[in-house]
Amino acid sequence: MFGDYSIGDLGSIFVMQGFAGLILFSVYVLMALGLAIIFGQMGVINMAHGEFMILGAYVTWMTSNLFQAYLPSLFSGYFFLAMILAFLASGALGMLVEWGLIRHLYKRPLDTLLATWGLSLMLQQAYRSVFGAREVGVELPQWMLGSLRVTDSIEVPINGVFVMCLTVLITIAVAYVLYMSRWGRQVRAVVQNRIMAGAVGINTEKVDRYTFGLGCGIAGVAGSAFTMIGSTGPTSGQLYIVDTFLVVVFGGAASLLGTIASAFSISQTQSTLEFFMSGSMAKVLTLLAVVGILMLRPQGLFALKVRK
Amino acid sequence: MLIGHQPKDFLLAVSGLTVSFDGFKAVNDLSFYVEENEIRVIIGPNGAGKTTVLDLICGKTKATSGSIQFRGKELTKMKENEIVQTGVGRKFQTPSVFEDLTVFENLEISFPRGRTVFGSLTFQRDQSVKDRVEEVAEMIFLKDKLNTYADELSHGQKQWLEIGMLLIQDPDLLMLDEPVAGMSVSERAKTAELLNRIIKNRSVLVIEHDMKFVEDIAHKVTVLHQGQILSEGTMEKVKNDPKVIEVYLGH
Amino acid sequence: MIINSRFFNRSELMGFIALAAVLFVILPLTLDVFRLNLVAKYLTYAFVALGLVLCWGYGGILSLGQGVFFGLGGYCMAMFLKLEASSVENTKIQSTPGIPDFMDWNQITALPLFWQPFHSLTFTILAIILVPGLFALIIGTAMFKRRVGGTYFAIITQAVAAILTILIVGQQGYTGGINGMTDLRTLKGWDIRPDHAKIILYFVEVVLLFACIGIAQFIRLTKLGRILVAMREQEDRVRFSGYSVANFKIFAFCMAAIFAAIGGAMFALNVGFMSPSFVGIVPSIEMVIYTAVGGRMSIFGAVWGAILVNFAKTSLSESFPQLWLFGLGALFIAVVLAFPNGLSGLWADYVQPRIDRLFASRKTKAGWTDNSVADGAPAE
Repeated sequence: MFGDYSIGDLGSIFVMQGFAGLILFSVYVLMALGLAIIFGQMGVINMAHGEFMILGAYVTWMTSNLFQAYLPSLFSGYFFLAMILAFLASGALGMLVEWGLIRHLYKRPLDTLLATWGLSLMLQQAYRSVFGAREVGVELPQWMLGSLRVTDSIEVPINGVFVMCLTVLITIAVAYVLYMSRWGRQVRAVVQNRIMAGAVGINTEKVDRYTFGLGCGIAGVAGSAFTMIGSTGPTSGQLYIVDTFLVVVFGGAASLLGTIASAFSISQTQSTLEFFMSGSMAKVLTLLAVVGILMLRPQGLFALKVRK
Repeated sequence: MLIGHQPKDFLLAVSGLTVSFDGFKAVNDLSFYVEENEIRVIIGPNGAGKTTVLDLICGKTKATSGSIQFRGKELTKMKENEIVQTGVGRKFQTPSVFEDLTVFENLEISFPRGRTVFGSLTFQRDQSVKDRVEEVAEMIFLKDKLNTYADELSHGQKQWLEIGMLLIQDPDLLMLDEPVAGMSVSERAKTAELLNRIIKNRSVLVIEHDMKFVEDIAHKVTVLHQGQILSEGTMEKVKNDPKVIEVYLGH
Repeated sequence: MIINSRFFNRSELMGFIALAAVLFVILPLTLDVFRLNLVAKYLTYAFVALGLVLCWGYGGILSLGQGVFFGLGGYCMAMFLKLEASSVENTKIQSTPGIPDFMDWNQITALPLFWQPFHSLTFTILAIILVPGLFALIIGTAMFKRRVGGTYFAIITQAVAAILTILIVGQQGYTGGINGMTDLRTLKGWDIRPDHAKIILYFVEVVLLFACIGIAQFIRLTKLGRILVAMREQEDRVRFSGYSVANFKIFAFCMAAIFAAIGGAMFALNVGFMSPSFVGIVPSIEMVIYTAVGGRMSIFGAVWGAILVNFAKTSLSESFPQLWLFGLGALFIAVVLAFPNGLSGLWADYVQPRIDRLFASRKTKAGWTDNSVADGAPAE
């Protein structure tokens, strides 16, 4: 299949496809980060994670409409505010859900999966009732359109670069919060020994609520980023949930580094394959490879050997 | 030294056993031997690796290196259920019984017949099964509770039930992890009586903290410390070993 | 066959009689053919739910990929029917007569090799059982032998469902793509479309369903059924009682797959088509909810769950399409939070005791002693 292209062509193809893959990678990482925090730290399978992402996307869409209508002079900067609002909206909904639903199910991980699936159905229908069934697209400010010309045959879109930078920043922030801050230590303490953490004065319920909220909030930001690469509809989130779960599991659930590495390898494989075959076959092959590797190495890419 | 002398056949021969968890050696180059019909008690401070040793023998944890020979068979290469089938039974520290099943059903599942998928589909609850279940139930003081669901039993009764589940397997080597922990005084006495009865005709490997209990039953004591053997021998010898005294009385 | 316990205890016997009466007598007498055919469609999911009772309720293995097996069974059946419908004279207007229409539309000029054996009904029937069975065996062996279970297993099976759907949709020329295999007409020359055929197919399906209920009940009553329960609670204790836990999980998973496949095959026959929309993530998880609503531990409950949830789905989505998703979502949450044993749990907690009391009082009136009732209470 490489025969028809010259070496130079192939190089450009790989760079361009690689870059296209990097945008997918960004959305995967942002989605997976939230999911990994919730799954890895709390053991909860959040099937409604895609809907939290889509909430962020809708918030971004609404913010852009508001700016267009009332503050057109500031439109170029709306995106930053939209991201913050997306984070807050998804995070707040996440905390509400944790309080109303998740906290009753901590001892039954398989049941959280079913309950959050029910939640995702309700959210989808809510979006459909509020925003309509049609997909909506967000208008980007002028400076994000256009692309950077790296060489004669290689061009990269500016919004892609922006999303990637954003992803890197958020990842660093999450790593800082989880591994450096006092709150992160509390989260990890609760993960390792809930009863003991409670006994030494950590408010485990509060830690759970904020952890879940943080995971959902990051999904909201992922939704903001998502608006740049796709249009938003009530069921758009569902398309990503299985992929993202595979990213988390493939990376080894509790490892932040593993999540990033696995998001990178999955998105790059898919995007590179997409150039040579239909999108659906590329996806089939990528998912098959991931499932195949998981069957051989169920603990994921990065996992410590620990006493069970 | 004699010509033709054969090395003595041990029931269980552990040699050079090591396991490391992410660099930490929980058991380090451990060797010990258990004879037929011997009651061996393993003692040692918390974190000495006692439970890990039992985990290694019964296959719950895989050894990093070393060998465990049971009747000449290498256990480190076998799966848990195969190890059970060669005659090693294991009781866990916290009672693990099937709470949604009755005492009878708990014991029946442990009855060593019909252990394959097909075998369990065609398994018949015949007279020999019933007799054996009743016999064991009587030994573990649960004869009148055969139709009780296990979740209705007291902590001590669950411990007995689990011991009964091992008995019905009739293992050659019985491994018990703190069999009297969490029991009331009267339950303890009854358990000691039970253990004294069931340790006939088999070897037993016990982890226990209750020194009175250890003195009562042990033929030989192995003291573990930081994954290695600190001292080994009769209770009397071990008790007077200065190294043991130092570890137990603090540094 | 069973030595010590009767095949059904009293409440199970009542459940059996009630279900048999409804499915064999009441529904066929009261419903028109169109509605009866809808019930036949609902009942295809009852096969899946039945398998999930064994695998999930008893064995604790949650599979979110039952649509895969439903689909494999359904597609095997549909391939046979499609081939029969694509005879040379039926398809003489095609550029290549004698192959299914969707192949012709996709410029395929010869029947692909893997389609060839589906000319034979015997092969097809074997394939309906064996293809999903073997597929489950492979997945189960790969996962359970490596001690992968719980949520990981659920996610992997869900991924498999996603993969198969994308594959079917993407390979239009071989599978009919998103539209699936439509226009199925005859089975060995016997037209499956007219009303009287639909009635016969309905009864065939109900008989098969009761056969599967019998198999599930048999498995539940053997020691294997008790080992599944034991395994769900204390996997290690089962392992250290000398059982290979993985083999029992594989068995439960394969049985669930085969039940689902039979359901899928009956779907193709009764509904007259098969499409990827019954294979993917969403239908797979809906199948789990039928089981959960009916009661994950109850064989009869699962059948009722499949019928009732689908009935609600049809009537609600006809009249209030918006309400349906809210309703379904709320049902998921309510079942999980409030009544984890589903309808059968509610029945056992609230209705059964009343019936028992009714029986007790009637027997006392008739001059019987109360002891007979106490003795008759199920031991399990």
